[in-house]
Amino acid sequence: MTETTVTHTGQPDRPKGWRGITADWASDQRAFKNVSWGKAMMWIFLLSDTFIFGCFLLSYMTARMSTRVPWPNPSEVFALRIGGSDIPLILIAIMTFVLISSSGTMAMAVNFGYRHDRRKTAILMLLTAALGATFVGMQAFEWTKLITEGVRPWGNPWGAAQFGSCFFMITGFHGTHVTIGVIFLVIVARKVWRGDFDTGRPGFFTSRKGRYENVEIMGLYWHFVDLVWVFIFAFFYLW
Amino acid sequence: MVDVTPADAVPPAEVGEMELYHPHSWWTKYVFSQDAKVIAIQYSATATSIGLVALVLSWLMRLQLGFPGTFDFITPEAYYQFITMHGMIMVIYLLTALFLGGFGNYLIPLMVGARDMVFPYVNMLSYWIYLLAVLVLVSSFFAPGGPTGAGWTLYPPQAIMSGTPGGQDWGIILMLSSLILFIIGFTMGGLNYVVTVLQGRTRGMTLMRLPLTVWGIFTATVMALLAFPALFVACVMMLLDRALGTSFFMPAIVEMGEQLQHNGGSPILFQHLFWFFGHPEVYIVALPAFGIVSDLISTHARKNIFGYRMMVWAIIAIGALSFVVWAHHMYVSGMNPYFGFFFATTTLIIAVPTAIKVYNWVLTLWRGDIHLTIPMLFALAFIVTFVNGGLTGLFLGNVVVDVPLSDTMFVVAHFHMVMGVAPILVIFGAIYHWYPKVTGRLLDETLGRFHFWVTFIGAYLIFFPMHYLGLMGVPRRYAELTDMTIMTESAHHLNSFISIMAFIVGFAQIVFVFNLIWSIRHGREAGGNPWRATTLEWQTPQTPPAHGNFGKELPIVYRWAYDYSVPGAKEDFIPQNVPGAFAPSREPA
Repeated sequence: MTETTVTHTGQPDRPKGWRGITADWASDQRAFKNVSWGKAMMWIFLLSDTFIFGCFLLSYMTARMSTRVPWPNPSEVFALRIGGSDIPLILIAIMTFVLISSSGTMAMAVNFGYRHDRRKTAILMLLTAALGATFVGMQAFEWTKLITEGVRPWGNPWGAAQFGSCFFMITGFHGTHVTIGVIFLVIVARKVWRGDFDTGRPGFFTSRKGRYENVEIMGLYWHFVDLVWVFIFAFFYLW
Repeated sequence: MVDVTPADAVPPAEVGEMELYHPHSWWTKYVFSQDAKVIAIQYSATATSIGLVALVLSWLMRLQLGFPGTFDFITPEAYYQFITMHGMIMVIYLLTALFLGGFGNYLIPLMVGARDMVFPYVNMLSYWIYLLAVLVLVSSFFAPGGPTGAGWTLYPPQAIMSGTPGGQDWGIILMLSSLILFIIGFTMGGLNYVVTVLQGRTRGMTLMRLPLTVWGIFTATVMALLAFPALFVACVMMLLDRALGTSFFMPAIVEMGEQLQHNGGSPILFQHLFWFFGHPEVYIVALPAFGIVSDLISTHARKNIFGYRMMVWAIIAIGALSFVVWAHHMYVSGMNPYFGFFFATTTLIIAVPTAIKVYNWVLTLWRGDIHLTIPMLFALAFIVTFVNGGLTGLFLGNVVVDVPLSDTMFVVAHFHMVMGVAPILVIFGAIYHWYPKVTGRLLDETLGRFHFWVTFIGAYLIFFPMHYLGLMGVPRRYAELTDMTIMTESAHHLNSFISIMAFIVGFAQIVFVFNLIWSIRHGREAGGNPWRATTLEWQTPQTPPAHGNFGKELPIVYRWAYDYSVPGAKEDFIPQNVPGAFAPSREPA
């Protein structure tokens, strides 16, 4: 389908300036040379998804800035009592560490994928999935803790009702992304393990052959979800 | 021969042959089909069906407005439900789905010289999720309390309060769920359209050789992928407000003497999110129409499109500008005057690329060999209708003129002209133009001309008088206008007249649907290229194109899409896949 080969299609005398830029972008067959369909599609999807998270975060900021009721202090709300003292944001810090580490294992999986090292790729992908699942698990713990303390989407004991609404909505939407990522990591890891990308076994639904590039495309999604978390962390927890 | 372009060196194929899914059964061939052409027909049929529902709803509204008090079953609540569902269906489920899902799916792979969309399976899912969205929408008609009556803009707080039909029943929940589904389904299709245009073209098909139809659909799809997220977020948040009692959009509010649970939300936030989607949406509908009409005019006037590059840049400029004008829908919501100034300025700047396009269409016609075929008639009707609706847009884009005209029939007349009638005229023209490719037969000419004249003149007789009503101050969205002082005797007569015209125009559409069905079997045989057009979809070995579109070898493109009436050529059209050595070209360097 998309065997990519390096090709030089340009004529020697290319137009200069804006014309040249246009000619490059508009060039024959493909706008992005040596970018496969799947990868292009993932990038464009992520661009669209960026707008979704952007709208969520902007709406949250609008709510937070326009409310006349005090906003609960995240440092206190998200503190855990460990060894007799409240440590602010400790759980969130661990969650963030776990998720960022998972990006590291994902990057290694991509690398081993391109070396066709099935075993290491699959193990690293499963490790990434495990870290992702740990993240979601800790998020579930955090939700449970807040709910037992009386935080609800429509109100909380400490201040603006929008605190709970925004918290559950944004972390919930992000957590859904992580969960979907974990599921697909496991699926792709299984394919790698079984050697589907070496034998050219057709996909169950699409009946198309997969390639080791799928690991990288999976990685793009995973890094994106990770990056979004950094913004949520900065804007929701640190603000 | 004059003006001979040297035969282009054709670059080697950069992408290997596409793995096509070959269906094994009737079900995978015609129902769960991964072929973009079948998906296009499914999209079009679904969109047309739900569009007919919206047509009937508009009749019911006109019954009430034209003959107030005559029809007992049209209560004010029912009237609001009709208005809401009519607007929502027409804008999203008909126009967006038909242009992008219908025409996009059919034309993009054929016009860029691809065998199919790049990910046919995802493309198939797109349709089925769209169908699910439509079914959820339809189900709200049968839900307790009926569909939502919040107006197509669904403004909170009223959209989810008990005074609005469906506000505290199922209506609004089903509406929001349906929109969320639509956006998910559309995204799957939209990604396909964009990647197919960017990465899946045949050899020789540079972006600057694409027919303008593809440019219009492509740009609109990119815009939709960036604009629908805002609607998605707004729908999720309103759904939470309604279902969980959050207060994103709901301020502290007293209803029927009772303080509601909500507190501290911002209705204006919803308006910003909605219109950040809503304004680009206007151009998501308009740009495919611009593109298609350019090709119709060029083909049926046997002349190359005037200023092709300018047309492309104008499409891109309109697409980009439409993201920075959204608050012109919110002048009456109140805003800092500097913002009003900013949004009025950007709004008026859009008139520049738009006017360029109109001039170029007219200049394409100038001294052309105009064939008054039915597609051409619709294209000409589009130009005048669009200019008309565009000019009233200049009125409404200015803050000081907009404020008194806001929420009057003038606004209704404006947007129906510019994004209702105008794009639908293009859709009709496009159907008459491409129907022979889809079915192998031409639509019946007599019925077609009847359909055109009744629709075109009728649409003017409906919407032109509305401008006057609006200038008199007749408000929109009022179920009952009888006892108002502004409603003079003549205004009532005008309203009745508009209603009668609406029934006649609606009837003409039923004739059109009949023509669509009848001509499948009884239409005149068309052959592969009845309009003698240059673009690739007319050069397929079979008509209708077979699975994989182009037979064994993909076509190679040697020229732009507009080599009509080239001096020195034998025919008055030279298809895109004819090498430069065989025929001259007028492609701009």
